[in-house]
Amino acid sequence: MAERAALEELVRLQGEHVRELKQQKASAEQIEEEVAKLLKLKAQLGPDEGKHKFVLKTPKGTRDYNPRQMAVREKVFDIIISCFKRHGAEVIDTPVFELKETLTGKYGEDSKLIYDLKDQGGELLSLRYDLTVPFARYLAMNKLTNIKRYHIAKVYRRDNPAMTRGRYREFYQCDFDIAGQFDPMIPDAECLKIMCEILNSLQIGDFLVKVNDRRILDGMFAICGVPDSKFRTICSSVDKLDKVPWEEVKNEMVGEKGLAPEVADRIGDYVQQHGGVSLVEQLLQDPKLSQNKQALEGLGDLKLLFEYLTLFGIADKISFDLSLARGLDYYTGVIYEAVLLQTAAQAGEEPLGVGSVAAGGRYDGLVGMFDPKGRKVPCVGLSIGVERIFSIVEQRLEALEEKVRTTETQVLVASAQKKLLEERLKLVSELWDAGIKAELLYKKNPKLLNQLQYCEEAGIPLVAIVGEQELKDGVIKLRSVASREEVDVRREDLVKEIKRRTSPPLCIC
Amino acid sequence: MPQLGLLHRRAWAALLGQLLRPPRVVCLGAARSHSQVAEAVLASQLKPHQEKSNFILKTPKGTRDFSPQQMAVREKILDIIVSCFKRHGAKGLDTPAFELKEMLTEKYGEDSGLIYDLKDQGGELLSLRYDLTVPFARYMAMNKLKKMKRYHVGKVWRRESPTIVQGRYREFCQCDFDIAGDFDPMIPDAECLKIICEILTGLQLGDFLIKVNDRRILDGMFAICGVPESKFRAICSSIDKLDKISWKDVRHEMVTEKGLAPEVADRIGDYVQCHGGLSLVEQMFQDPRLSQSKQALEGLGDLKLLLEYLTLFGIAEKICFDLSLARGLDYYTGVIYEAVLLQTPAPAEEEPLNVGSVAAGGRYDGLVGMFNPKGHKVPCVGLSIGVERIFSIVEQRMKTFGEKIRTTETQVFVATPQKNFLQERLKLIAELWDAGIKAELLYKNNPKLLTQLHYCENMGIPLVVIIGEQELKEGVIKLRSVATREEVAIKRENIVAEIQKRLFES
Repeated sequence: MAERAALEELVRLQGEHVRELKQQKASAEQIEEEVAKLLKLKAQLGPDEGKHKFVLKTPKGTRDYNPRQMAVREKVFDIIISCFKRHGAEVIDTPVFELKETLTGKYGEDSKLIYDLKDQGGELLSLRYDLTVPFARYLAMNKLTNIKRYHIAKVYRRDNPAMTRGRYREFYQCDFDIAGQFDPMIPDAECLKIMCEILNSLQIGDFLVKVNDRRILDGMFAICGVPDSKFRTICSSVDKLDKVPWEEVKNEMVGEKGLAPEVADRIGDYVQQHGGVSLVEQLLQDPKLSQNKQALEGLGDLKLLFEYLTLFGIADKISFDLSLARGLDYYTGVIYEAVLLQTAAQAGEEPLGVGSVAAGGRYDGLVGMFDPKGRKVPCVGLSIGVERIFSIVEQRLEALEEKVRTTETQVLVASAQKKLLEERLKLVSELWDAGIKAELLYKKNPKLLNQLQYCEEAGIPLVAIVGEQELKDGVIKLRSVASREEVDVRREDLVKEIKRRTSPPLCIC
Repeated sequence: MPQLGLLHRRAWAALLGQLLRPPRVVCLGAARSHSQVAEAVLASQLKPHQEKSNFILKTPKGTRDFSPQQMAVREKILDIIVSCFKRHGAKGLDTPAFELKEMLTEKYGEDSGLIYDLKDQGGELLSLRYDLTVPFARYMAMNKLKKMKRYHVGKVWRRESPTIVQGRYREFCQCDFDIAGDFDPMIPDAECLKIICEILTGLQLGDFLIKVNDRRILDGMFAICGVPESKFRAICSSIDKLDKISWKDVRHEMVTEKGLAPEVADRIGDYVQCHGGLSLVEQMFQDPRLSQSKQALEGLGDLKLLLEYLTLFGIAEKICFDLSLARGLDYYTGVIYEAVLLQTPAPAEEEPLNVGSVAAGGRYDGLVGMFNPKGHKVPCVGLSIGVERIFSIVEQRMKTFGEKIRTTETQVFVATPQKNFLQERLKLIAELWDAGIKAELLYKNNPKLLTQLHYCENMGIPLVVIIGEQELKEGVIKLRSVATREEVAIKRENIVAEIQKRLFES
């Protein structure tokens, strides 16, 4: 017994050691070594290691969605899906796991964050990491050359969860993508229009969409003198400019990443710039940048994009920002990221921190990686960061003290006296059959007060009360919970009256 | 007894022989795999320099993608189901795709081998959820809830043995509705059955029947017939096959394979071949032997009350008290039910789809207590809709009748017959979007009018707005009905209102 306790303690300590190493970002080999040690220790504990403790929790980094959160989630999804549908998107779904090899080699360094399934004698599987790679696999598999689709589903990443900041290991993504060979920048512009429509409809405050282009970044690095081999690492430094001042970023590039200071300075001249189409014009005239063919391509496309965005009426929301880098691995052209301008720091609220709520870009090479003949299908798309939005909306509702109903029940069928269960059952069934959302308490003889209280707590607006006298008279008492007004309605008119009272006002839109 | 269901259910029942926690619905996929998904496994020895690329273009075994056409059908079905749940005041709930392994390990008995485990990557040991009921019980216990009426639509995962059944998926959707709480007897149970009826009627799948029985009646019956307690479950699973094979075959199995005394088998036979309505319940109450079993009497009493309520709900004629209904009984403690379709929609030339259950459920009062450290019980009753089965049936029906379904909801297409009108199209479409109208345009600078009109026909888009030079000069837009081909010129400033009017009227 004591031996086992000692072993358990060793397992616990080793587990902590591994966690520390991961936090310190120790080398992959070192982590792997220590994990192997941990697994060996656990194996020694034996197969029934899991039985003795009973912990009621969801796995780390995951959570249940309680009814209130579901109601918020539904509202948010409704708005997002309406927008996708308004733009003519179809919807698809893919399995939660893919063949491991489908995902390998697509996420670069992030690959270590993929959840693998245990080898149980069949195919090697992994949980999907995003919705874009499954999309590319779907396109190649079905030999599709064009599609406009949205996909809302959970994805899985073995990240360091920070649940207070909305960072989970299981979380929703809402993706919209347009695949196909089309005339330039029209689909790209539509993606940005969609992002703006969604963020406007969600009413989470003022926002800004930063736009840049991979070719402009690459071209800029080239003419500044960044060695090709350092492109990505310099990129990730530049990407931090939205959180950290230029001096610090420069220090990182020069001090940690070995970039020559003059090169860093040249970069600094560019990446601190942001503006509208005038900045694009300016850079097209820039003596150094205009030497670079790549950069010119990118700038030309951005100019066209801005024209379209102006026609779409959203140019004032867009900022051409040369410091926008994002994980550039599969983007080939325009990239964008929407940020909220207010850090929702209203009275009493914790600021959620700076971060993007939506992002995307063009990625023309991904589908080709799946196609056996390497046939390319150009794609452009966006992803809405809903988990952050859920938190923001939840917080906002709490701040406004707006009650979120967790059910849609319109009528409670109640009784004022005893022995009226049969009548309640008959009546509630009539209401259900007429499509009315109704409930009753599962008690033979409930007290009227309890029934009324139930309505108030659940936000049910109407009560249909059966009573002995009313039954004789052929009426039902219809009571408004809010106003407490009661009126006798003839039994045969009840359905119509309830529908009249609960229909939304007619509107032609 | 019609031959209902074939290989699937039998094989499934065999697998679930001694289950602690069986699924409440046998979710069957179509017998044929959907050809939508191409399974092209291309060997990487094609070209050496392409070794790096991944050529295995397939979804994992037992899983599938859903195309836009399939999603449109699924959404319609799920809409009907969820609307019904909401109509009855259920709250939505969602849980993670995986649970701590220990949460699931002792709940499914022999089925545990079918659980998908996640690889031990140094953290918690995890497994993909096998159903939605255990997560629900875990949620109730974790949040110390005493009552809740919830629905949950989500995918579950089971590593079905591929050799046993074809067309059975490893990833599939379940739609569960459960009422947890200590209430006056049989009211929530009756509501569950009312819900099943509403859903199956709403889905227009044809005529159906709901078989109802009770664990206590079955146990009581076995006892008074002389079945040794140790053989209860084994005999139960034989009885469960009565909807597919004849009594003779079932009797044979019980006597020769399971070692039951022939007289005992015969006594069972007298009961389990009975099915009927309230009158059968009354009859069983009077049965000299059965009325000796306290358990059976409890069950019969509850069924009688249930049938009274179902009559008030107007669905008694859909219900059949069937003494052969057993289902994996391990966690059910009271009433159990299973809905079956009565028609096999099998047109000539086509294989009939296996008829099996499309919904099922029952009362399970002991499950939440298994999660509660102090063992506090929370009685539960619920149901699960076999949405995959329903999906296959609807898909096949649509195919048979050549029914098509739109995959988008676009209302208006913005077109032009002339070149250099992209800007105008972009401005106009933004106006439509901003007014909440669902609109599309082709991503071409200078598309041909015919191409645009074909697109509308293919996608089922009802209206087209056409702008051109002449119209621009006159300050009008042509509004065209795709179906009738009628065109009318509308003033530019009125176009949004006119479109909204037409859409409202249609």
